[in-house]
Amino acid sequence: MSLLSSEALAQIDREIAKYPPEHKQSAVMSALRIAQVEKGWISPEVIEFVAQYLEMPPIAVYEVATFYNMYDLKPVGRHKITLCTNLPCQLQGAGEIAEHLKKRLGVDFGETTADGRFTLKEGECMGACGDGPLCLHNNHEMHVKLTPEQVDRLLDEMK
Amino acid sequence: MPSLTIDGKRIEVAQGATVMDAARELGIFIPHFCYHKKLSIAANCRMCLVEVEKAPKPLPACATPVTEGMVVHTHSERAIKAQKGVMELLLINHPLDCPICDQGGECQLQDLAVGYGGSRSRYTEPKRVVRDKDLGPLIATEMTRCIHCSRCVRFGQEIAGLMELGMPGRGEHTEVMPYLERQVTSELSGNVIDLCPVGALTSKPFRYAARTWELARRPSVSPHDALGANLEVHVKDKRVYRVLPRENEAINECWLADRDRFAYQALNADSRLTRPMVRDEAGLWHEVDWPKALNQVTGALKVLIDAHGPGAVGFLASPHQTVEELHLLQKFARALGCENIDTRLDLTNPIATAGTPWLGMAIAEVEALDRILLVGATIRKEQPLLAQRLRKAVKSGAELHVVHAADDDLLCRVAQRLIAKPSGLVAALAQLAVALREAGQDLGPLALEGVIATEAARAMAQSLLTGSRKAVLLGAYAQQHPAAAELATLAQAIARATGASLGFLPAAANSVGAGVVGCRPGAGGLDAAGMFGQPRKVYVLLGCEPELEAADPVVARAALEAAELVVALTPFQDRASAYAHVMLPIAPFTETSGSFVNMEGRLQSFEAVVPPLGETRPAWKVLRVLGNLMGLAGFQHDTSREVLAEALPQGEADVRARLDNAVAPVAIRMLKPQEGLERLAETPIYQLDLLTRRAPALQATFDGEAAAACWAHGALIERLGLTVDKPVKVRQGDSETILKLMRDDRLLPEVVRVAAVHPLTSRLGPRFGGLSLEKM
Ligand code: SF4
Ligand code: FES
Repeated sequence: MSLLSSEALAQIDREIAKYPPEHKQSAVMSALRIAQVEKGWISPEVIEFVAQYLEMPPIAVYEVATFYNMYDLKPVGRHKITLCTNLPCQLQGAGEIAEHLKKRLGVDFGETTADGRFTLKEGECMGACGDGPLCLHNNHEMHVKLTPEQVDRLLDEMK
Repeated sequence: MPSLTIDGKRIEVAQGATVMDAARELGIFIPHFCYHKKLSIAANCRMCLVEVEKAPKPLPACATPVTEGMVVHTHSERAIKAQKGVMELLLINHPLDCPICDQGGECQLQDLAVGYGGSRSRYTEPKRVVRDKDLGPLIATEMTRCIHCSRCVRFGQEIAGLMELGMPGRGEHTEVMPYLERQVTSELSGNVIDLCPVGALTSKPFRYAARTWELARRPSVSPHDALGANLEVHVKDKRVYRVLPRENEAINECWLADRDRFAYQALNADSRLTRPMVRDEAGLWHEVDWPKALNQVTGALKVLIDAHGPGAVGFLASPHQTVEELHLLQKFARALGCENIDTRLDLTNPIATAGTPWLGMAIAEVEALDRILLVGATIRKEQPLLAQRLRKAVKSGAELHVVHAADDDLLCRVAQRLIAKPSGLVAALAQLAVALREAGQDLGPLALEGVIATEAARAMAQSLLTGSRKAVLLGAYAQQHPAAAELATLAQAIARATGASLGFLPAAANSVGAGVVGCRPGAGGLDAAGMFGQPRKVYVLLGCEPELEAADPVVARAALEAAELVVALTPFQDRASAYAHVMLPIAPFTETSGSFVNMEGRLQSFEAVVPPLGETRPAWKVLRVLGNLMGLAGFQHDTSREVLAEALPQGEADVRARLDNAVAPVAIRMLKPQEGLERLAETPIYQLDLLTRRAPALQATFDGEAAAACWAHGALIERLGLTVDKPVKVRQGDSETILKLMRDDRLLPEVVRVAAVHPLTSRLGPRFGGLSLEKM
């Protein structure tokens, strides 16, 4: 039994096909992304599976997984909120939003609420500085020009 | 060829050369950390910034290709400013704990900080701290000191062939580490200690033992495998503290195998024999002085030879002893009229060659080969640094083929492989011969009826028929095989048919030397296996431990125990005391001058690096005195040089004249593979000789511990209902032992890997044969 579903493997194979056969490893970022979507996070088993699948040393896969912070190397809550704390966002009040989020959720950056609903993460520039402060929900949905009230509304919507 | 000017000096360099290359050629030093001549360019430390005229900013010399007319300044104001800036950044997070750091005194960061660092730091914020990693028994870590040059990571990827260390994380959170706290297992791992420019990776066995400036550095030669790696032995107070590589591009380059680097621990072991000892009637050991011990030996020898004739004596030596010692041993034996002389304890049926078998080419030529066939070689463990050269060859396009009893990971691409159980090895190699014959090649009169070439054998044959620089190499395992002569006959036919050179991988540092000085049975004499198979009354053992090393250690042990006199010339008392009657303390390679002949026929002489321990004496002196006491002529040598001059008057030319790999062909009896489980027994990497066997750090490594377990394929383990990681009873013939069971799915399911030459397995009997596994 493979660690990943056949659908996930088919997706990874599609990524591998984009590169010459001897450069299979170029698909490592996609493979990790696909695995994370399916498994929720990147466990050591996922790393080793991807390593074997792409014929890479596990440490080389781990290097990639730890370099990009959209990969989760620990289990996360149902809703992962990644707040940008880089300078442009800070200048627009990201600090205040961070404090608010921490207070509302009762967790610090990198932590998950006890009920497994929220994970709060600190993010790097997401390329939308003009609209800061901003956050990313579950790696895919961006919420911009945040205010504390808006944060409250968003949190209430995330069940 | 572009030319450039560096600091006012002009030089022409090869196309593609970097500014760093050009500067090195000119003898201009550019500070650097990540650059290393044997590793790929990472350009991540930025210490090598130089000013290039017309370039808008300083450029890294290690990664900047020379272009025509470039003008480079390595010491201009701009260059120095850039270099100082980099140094300041590097030191921000460095702990500056030089007083308690083993690297102190030989640290590139320390040296360059003196030249380029400020005398005070402007940085007042907290420094980062990095948790230490446990990399195993050889490498100590202090990861807060790491400057992320990535040399250790690149070494694993590019030289060791096994990426065990990586640099996960990003920016300030980057850390060098193994995956999931694993320990490093590479047999070349110790080289990262030399490569690390700071004190992040240092030697664990040497930790806090001495400061580097207290150590005298003495050249020597490795006494372990047949490469003959050049060593720099560091000594203080008449004691060896550590061993480092001495660079020799033709042999070990700038590397050492862990075996060469850490086996020195045994030199200082408690089990060293420091005074002659004799055993009394009651079996108790007594220390005696040299004259008494020698008189006892010669007295007993005379009596026993008078009674039983000189043929009753067996002379066995380790092929890790020096040329001088082996020459005198055979001279002593022959002067007594005895032809039972051998160093090949591990062989069952030695291969008959026209001269002494050797690699057949220079070591450095191996990496230029484009077709290689390895027959019966557990190459990474037999010759770790030669395996590294083979990987280099494969990287530059060579096709490597393997015929062996195990499909071990060679850490490089293997083009074709024929893997068979030990008893099927001849048949496997015969397939290749048949495939060559099918392809129209002349294989001479070999009778190979009934052998059918598989697809892999045909592909192998096709590959070996192309290419221009080819070699067929017979490993130690093939030479130890009961059908070694058949394997060599086939290998020779294959080499001739494909235009390849035939080479042998000698098992030990001086296997070739032993051959050229005639430490071999003469007419009517017995070889090692014969001396135990037909037990002798007297054994003279020079630096060997037959109860472990012999092809059948059980038979050897019984013969030794039944003998009337066993004289052991050995540096250690722990094992010989079980069966010897007299133990004479002889000097290990660090305490005597001598010479080894490596696999390429190179004669390398060395001096003692420390005085002999206690009353230890160099074996050549002991043999000289024994010769005189026996009243034999021609034992008047004053120095080991005189002995060498007698053994090889023309030096290396004599060695060359006595090398010849031509195999006396034998008929191929098609060994039908046996039924049932078979033992795969090799000499483990850290049991090779008396020293490695007694080096605690090596024993604690993955390879050291692997030899104490038995290894089987998962399917076999399941079929027998056994459990991995649990003890299992291993039965071979009438003997049995208990070993931990481990899983290795690269083995054939009908093979169980049980090491030879190991105290836990020596009770099992011969290296080759059937065995069974039973649940405990
Ligand atoms: S541990 Fe040493 S060799 Fe490895 S990256 Fe750090 S400084 Fe470089
Ligand atoms: S030596 Fe050039 S960047 Fe490190």
